[in-house]
Amino acid sequence: MSELVEEVVLSPKDFATDQDVRWCPGCGDYSILKQVQSIMPELGIKKKDIVFISGIGCSSRFPYYMDTFGMHSIHGRATAIASGLKISRPELSVWVVTGDGDALSIGGNHLIHMIRRNFDLNVLLFNNEIYGLTKGQYSPTSPEGKVTKSTPIGSLDHPFNPLKLCLGADSTFIARTMDRDPKHQREVLLKGSQHVGTSMIEIYQNCNVFNDGAFEVFTDKSSKKEETLFLEKDKPLIFGNENEKGIKLDGSTPKVVNLSEECIDDLWIHDDKDKFKAQLLTTFFDNPSVEGHLPRPFGVFYQEDRYRYEEAMEEQIQYATKKDGKGNLDELLRGKNVWKSE
Amino acid sequence: MTKVVEEKQEVTIVFAGDSGDGIQLTGTQFTNTNALYGNDISTFPNYPAEIRAPQGTLAGVSGFQLHFGSVEISTPGDACDVLVAMNAAAFKVNLSRLKKNGTVILNTDGFSARSLKLADYETSPLEDSTLNDYRTIEIDVTKMTRTTLEGSSLGKKEMDRSRNMFVLGFLYYMYNRTLKGTEEFIKQKFSKYPELIEANISVLKAGYNFGDTSETFTSRYNVKAASLPKGEYRNIMGNQATALGLIAASDKAKLDLFYGSYPITPASDILHELAKHKNFGVRTFQAEDEIAAICSVIGASFGGKLGVTASSGPGIALKGEAIGLGIMLELPMLIINVQRGGPSTGLPTKTEQADLLQALYGRNGEAPMPVISASSPSDCFSAVFEACRIAIEHMTPVFFLSDGYIANGSEPWSFPKGEDLKSITPKMVDAKKGESYLPYKRDENLVREWALPGTAGFEHRLGGLEKEENTGNISYDPENHQKMVKIREEKIEKIADSIPPQQINNGVEKGDVLVLSWGSTYGVVKTAIKHCLEQDLKVGHAHLRYINPLPKNLGEILSRFDRVIIPEMNNGQLIKVIRDKFLIDAQGLNKIKGIPFSTQEIVDAIIQNSAIK
Repeated sequence: MSELVEEVVLSPKDFATDQDVRWCPGCGDYSILKQVQSIMPELGIKKKDIVFISGIGCSSRFPYYMDTFGMHSIHGRATAIASGLKISRPELSVWVVTGDGDALSIGGNHLIHMIRRNFDLNVLLFNNEIYGLTKGQYSPTSPEGKVTKSTPIGSLDHPFNPLKLCLGADSTFIARTMDRDPKHQREVLLKGSQHVGTSMIEIYQNCNVFNDGAFEVFTDKSSKKEETLFLEKDKPLIFGNENEKGIKLDGSTPKVVNLSEECIDDLWIHDDKDKFKAQLLTTFFDNPSVEGHLPRPFGVFYQEDRYRYEEAMEEQIQYATKKDGKGNLDELLRGKNVWKSE
Repeated sequence: MTKVVEEKQEVTIVFAGDSGDGIQLTGTQFTNTNALYGNDISTFPNYPAEIRAPQGTLAGVSGFQLHFGSVEISTPGDACDVLVAMNAAAFKVNLSRLKKNGTVILNTDGFSARSLKLADYETSPLEDSTLNDYRTIEIDVTKMTRTTLEGSSLGKKEMDRSRNMFVLGFLYYMYNRTLKGTEEFIKQKFSKYPELIEANISVLKAGYNFGDTSETFTSRYNVKAASLPKGEYRNIMGNQATALGLIAASDKAKLDLFYGSYPITPASDILHELAKHKNFGVRTFQAEDEIAAICSVIGASFGGKLGVTASSGPGIALKGEAIGLGIMLELPMLIINVQRGGPSTGLPTKTEQADLLQALYGRNGEAPMPVISASSPSDCFSAVFEACRIAIEHMTPVFFLSDGYIANGSEPWSFPKGEDLKSITPKMVDAKKGESYLPYKRDENLVREWALPGTAGFEHRLGGLEKEENTGNISYDPENHQKMVKIREEKIEKIADSIPPQQINNGVEKGDVLVLSWGSTYGVVKTAIKHCLEQDLKVGHAHLRYINPLPKNLGEILSRFDRVIIPEMNNGQLIKVIRDKFLIDAQGLNKIKGIPFSTQEIVDAIIQNSAIK
């Protein structure tokens, strides 16, 4: 294909492959695939420079459906593979597609180390709170007491709070969105792609076969407005059926208040550069069935600018080359202490 | 007094002391100085796994064995002529290595009542009959060092740290060597601490002068330059040679080197060496664990770099699944195993060859890959270079096997010129014809083409699932799977077409006994064969560099001998492969002690087998 063709404006269809998509009918993954394909033309990046890397799990079939470069790797390791690729080819746009088991269980170690190194790449963490590909065991994000095939009397594991974990590893971008809200998904995906550094995007994704309705309370029209809190930069934290509730900070304690009783100016104003507030936001993680719980936030919680590992690596290479001169193989092989045998 | 200078053809010295005594540094300095005098050399460091085991104990003894001469030297020596012992424990651990009538140089301060107790001595070996069979030179090194440094600003503890320089100076006198090289080294090492430069050099000189003025011996020794083949030489350690081989391969293939690894004994020095050479475009990545290390290499190789990882047995075990992915992706990458004693954590600082079967078979499924081994410290350079060539030109992960013995050992190296190294040609796609790219379409060697991200029109997906021939699409078709397993096998077997035929490295071409060896046993087998030929035994030596695929003519070579002995520092691994492939009754000679074979052990096995008709 010539460069000419690349200059033609691409459409989402150009990012689809000829492979049949093989997720279960009704799976939340379809929606995510669609949104990712739809934002791709807007990134202004050529197809040849985009790489999708996944691990193992339902979500990890993703690269087969994107007509870019791609790798469907092994369980938990997409993050580590992407790290090596990014160090080697900093100019590429790298996307990691992973799930709650892949990223947080078997791949937990690589995830936190990738985050602290802050490679400039995007991670789409499909969270369905279940192991789908192995047919329904609990995952590291399943709630306590979850009854599954491997936990007939209920799970004993306390779940991870993924975004809190990421922020704990000094993530420079954390956001949450959901499969059932395409518009919001698009916004978050675009913001993530614009962030220079590791963008951690958690996507609540319904597994309609093994964990149907796990996020219904956040996605269903009847409860969505009451149970979710959509974060917008510089806007007060407001939610509720009639947008009648807000979050106010009482010292460092978030409190739900009724706007009929409180002035809107006293509400918590969302600042995605404020790490302390972001940490508080990640703790909005109560079980929605508990009385007095806080709504679940969606949107960009936090972002900051921090050096990227791969850029620092390039700088070191340039520094060493300037200091020692470009490597000369013969001098290297010869070393400094040579003797002759006549 | 003037001393007689006595010529020696070869000398083996063991330096031994506490692991904090600077023994490795002393040994390395003595080695480097002798190298500059043109001696042939082989060294063998032997140190404990603990960084600082309790001082003065048997567990904390660090040793450095050095064999140098004016004749050809292929091993660090079976038994030593000189033992330098800084304390009672070092003496006790190493005495059995000293020849009868050999020389012991003792630091008497290391034989105090406390030191004797720590070494489990009931009576002092200086006072009983232990030393009757040896020539003993007793020096209170601690006292001499402190006296030399009297009036300096250093505390006693700091003074004692230069004791090793006294011993080194003494040996330089004994072997008629100048102090120049070591003085230069001290100046560089302590460039920021002038008082340490002064202290170390004055102690070094004091040791030398003590040799000159004391009446401890009547003769000095001289070991002339060896008649090595004409050319320029430098001294090199195995891990260092490995690092240089990687940089050379990267240079010849015009692929930047990416090295992802996790620290592990005895492989870490490769990382340390490579990290110094970023001006060659080398990217070194210290990953969070062994799995991340190999996975970062997979990412780098996918991106078009020469991806390399190194570890030792335990780390290689962790990398197994990802290596399998590399085999499925058919991307070039190199996995280095600097073997150590196993299983599990095993003997981290001791040597062994027990990971051969792991390299050949240690993955799930049918997952063949080439296995290349190095035979000596300097051979690490050319063997790893060849391993990279095979990886790149045949689009496959390759195993390179070294071990603790050659990784830390050193020898003179007739280094090549860059232009004399083979060229390496990556199998890149022709970027002009993108539309028809099939990722798993193969050439006559069954090698697929490499299309890097960034090449327009070559967008494609790779993965660990079984793939359809040519297209690389996921396929669960039974016929296809069988076909693909066979293709992957044949692809590795075809590499045998591009490697040199097996040679008889030493000894007779046809006869009674063939010693078939691989890896770090080369030097000791070579020396043993020399002894046996002098006794008119009809023995030959074939040393394998390529273990998978094996050279095509190996079966024919094996058939020329009545008996085949396979010496290995393991419980019998190559022998399983040879018996399997050639159905011969090969005899194993196995040493699993964490230390290399002695020449005598090999000689004895050859004599024994020669007697069987």
